[in-house]
Amino acid sequence: MAATLLVASFVVFGALYLAPGNPASFLLAGRSASPEALAAINAQYHLDDPFLVRYLRWLGDVLHGDFGRSITYRTDVSRLLADRLPTTLVLIAMSLVVVVAVGLLLGRIAAVRGGATDSAILVTTTFAVGTPSFVAAVLLQGVFAVDLGWFPSSGTGEGGFGDLVRHLVLPSVALALYLIGMLARVTRSAMLEALDSEHVTVARSRGVPERQVVRRHVFRNSLGTVLTTGGLIVSTLLVCTILVETAFSVGGIGQLLELSTTTKDFPTVQAISLIIVALFMTVNLLVDLALPLVDPRVTLGSRRAAA
Amino acid sequence: MRTPNTPTPNPPTPNAPAATAGPALDVRGLRITLPGTARPVLDGVDLTVGAGETVALVGESGSGKSLTSRSALRLLPPGAVVEGVVRVAGRDVLTLDPAALRAVRSTAAAMVFQDPRAAVNPLRRIGDFLTEGVTLTGTMGRNEATARAGELLRAVGLDASVLRKYPGQVSGGMLQRVVIAAALMGDPVLLLADEPTTALDVTSQAEVIALLAALRERFGTGLLFVTHDLDLAAAISDRVYVMYAGRIAETGPAEELFARPRHPYTAALLASTPRMDGPRGRLAAIAGMPPDLRVELPGCAFAARCPLATEVCDREAPRPAAAPGRPEHRAACHHSDRLEGSAVDAR
Repeated sequence: MAATLLVASFVVFGALYLAPGNPASFLLAGRSASPEALAAINAQYHLDDPFLVRYLRWLGDVLHGDFGRSITYRTDVSRLLADRLPTTLVLIAMSLVVVVAVGLLLGRIAAVRGGATDSAILVTTTFAVGTPSFVAAVLLQGVFAVDLGWFPSSGTGEGGFGDLVRHLVLPSVALALYLIGMLARVTRSAMLEALDSEHVTVARSRGVPERQVVRRHVFRNSLGTVLTTGGLIVSTLLVCTILVETAFSVGGIGQLLELSTTTKDFPTVQAISLIIVALFMTVNLLVDLALPLVDPRVTLGSRRAAA
Repeated sequence: MRTPNTPTPNPPTPNAPAATAGPALDVRGLRITLPGTARPVLDGVDLTVGAGETVALVGESGSGKSLTSRSALRLLPPGAVVEGVVRVAGRDVLTLDPAALRAVRSTAAAMVFQDPRAAVNPLRRIGDFLTEGVTLTGTMGRNEATARAGELLRAVGLDASVLRKYPGQVSGGMLQRVVIAAALMGDPVLLLADEPTTALDVTSQAEVIALLAALRERFGTGLLFVTHDLDLAAAISDRVYVMYAGRIAETGPAEELFARPRHPYTAALLASTPRMDGPRGRLAAIAGMPPDLRVELPGCAFAARCPLATEVCDREAPRPAAAPGRPEHRAACHHSDRLEGSAVDAR
C-alpha cells in the first residue's frame, strides 16, 4: 500500500506539469510582468528548480503534513482541506447510506418478487443508471428546491450540523441515483444466482420458511458480490463529488478540486488528488479485509498468495 | 471404516416416532404434467414404503424416479400439474397448507440429496445447517436442537466439533454424513435418499450405504432409496420398484424381482449390468432411446425397444398384474408369461 501511494504521489505530482500553462502565467492573468517580478514568483514557488528536486521537496513536506501554500487562495492547503474535507465526507456518507439502503432493497425486491415488479424496477434502474449526476442535480433542484421549496438549492448553510445535512440532501440524492441503479442490479443478479443453487431447494425441503430461506441462503450468499461492488461505489462517489458539489455550490473538496484545476493551483490539486487516492485505497483495503468475514472460503492468506 | 454405534433400544429422542399404523409413504395414482409436454412425466405411479421398510426405486435418468421421491416433500417443478394422492405418515402432502407442509418437511419426511457439496450452503456453519430446519419451524429450541445435532453427528460417526466448521473444511464423505444427520434431526418416519452415493468415491459410498442401513434399523424410519444401480438396490432393499418413462414397470420383493424379472425392461437392465463373473466382451446395451416427453404414448412405453413387443403393446398400455402365486410381484407387461424363464432372462 505504501509503495502504491508513492507511485500515485509521483503521478499526481507529475501530471500537472504535462498540462499546458503554468501557475505564474495564470497569476499574472495576461498582464505583462517585468522579468524581475516573474523571477520573484518563480523563486517563491520554486518553479525554477528541476522537476525531481521539486517532487522530492514536495514529498518531504507532505510526509510532514504540509501540502504547501495555495497559489490562488494564498493560505496553507492543509487549512483549505481542513475546512472543506468534512463537508465532502458528510456528503459521501449520506449518499452511501441512501445507495446501500435503497439499492439493496430494490435489488432484493426485484429478485424475490420477479414478474411485473422486477420489470418495473429494471426499467427504473435503467433510467437511474443512464442519468448523469449533473443532469440529476438540475432536475432535483428544479423540482424539490424551486417548485416545492422543500430543500435549499445550493450552498452548505450557516448553522450547525443539522443545517449542513439539510443542505446536502439534494446533492447526496443526485450523487446516489446512478449508484442506486447499479447496486440494485448487482444485488438482483447475485440473488437470482443464489436462488438457483441447490442448497436453497434443500433449505425449503427441510421446512425453512421462505422469508428465512431468502435471508439466510439467498441474500446472505449475495453479500460477497455486493461488498466487492461497495468498494467501486465509494470510489465512484469520491469522483462524482466533483460534479455534484460544483452543481450545488457545495464548498467541499470536489468543488475545490474543480476550481483549483482551472486556476492551475498546483499544490491544492496535488493535495486533493493524493487524498482521493488514499481514500480510494483505504476503502479497497477495508473491502479486502471484510471479505473473509462474509465468505469463509476466502481467507486473508490465500488472497495474499494470489495477489 | 467408522461404523455407527450399535442399535440402541431407546432412540435418543424426546418424541419417539409416532407408532403410525399406516405406511410411511403411500403414493396413489400420482400423475404430474409439466408445461410444454405431450404426456405426463409421471403417469399413474403407485408406490408404498412401509414403516421401517427399505424400498429401492430404480430407473434410468429421466424415468421420473427423482421426481417421485421429491413429490413426497411436494418439491415440484414450477408449473407442474399434479393429480393423485401422496400420503406421508397418513397426511396428503399435496393438499396441505404452507404451514402444515413445513411441519411435515421438518419432522415427518426428510431427504438426503445426491451431492452434499451443493446441498449445504458453503457460507454457513455446519451446526447451522443441522439445526435450521427444526429451529426455524419451531419444532425445537436452539439448545435442544444443538444437543440433538451433536448426538446425531456421533451416530453418523463424526464428532460434535464438526458443528463449528464450515462445509469447505470437511471431506465430501463427511459432508454426506452431515446431510444424513441433518435429515434425521426431525426424527422422520420417512427418509428419501436420492442417489446419495453418486457424488462420492467408492469407499465413501460403502460407508454411506452401511450407515443408512444401520440408521434405518436404529431409528425405525422407512427408507426410499432412489438409484440407477441395480446391484446396490438388490443389496440393501426389501422391495424394489422399477420405473420406465414415468410409469412403474415392475415391482416386487428384491430377490424375486432380480431372480425372475417379469418385465422385459427389468430383464434388459439386468442383462446390461457388467458382471465380474460374466463373459468378457461387449455389454448388452438396450437398443434405442427412452421415449421423448413430447411424444404421446397410448401403448406400453417400452414397446419401441422391447424384443417381445407385439401389435397390442403399441395400442394398449398394460396394467400391472401379479405373477401367478406371487401377489407381491407385479409387472405392467402384456407378455410377462412369455418372459419368465425365457432367453431374455440374463441370469
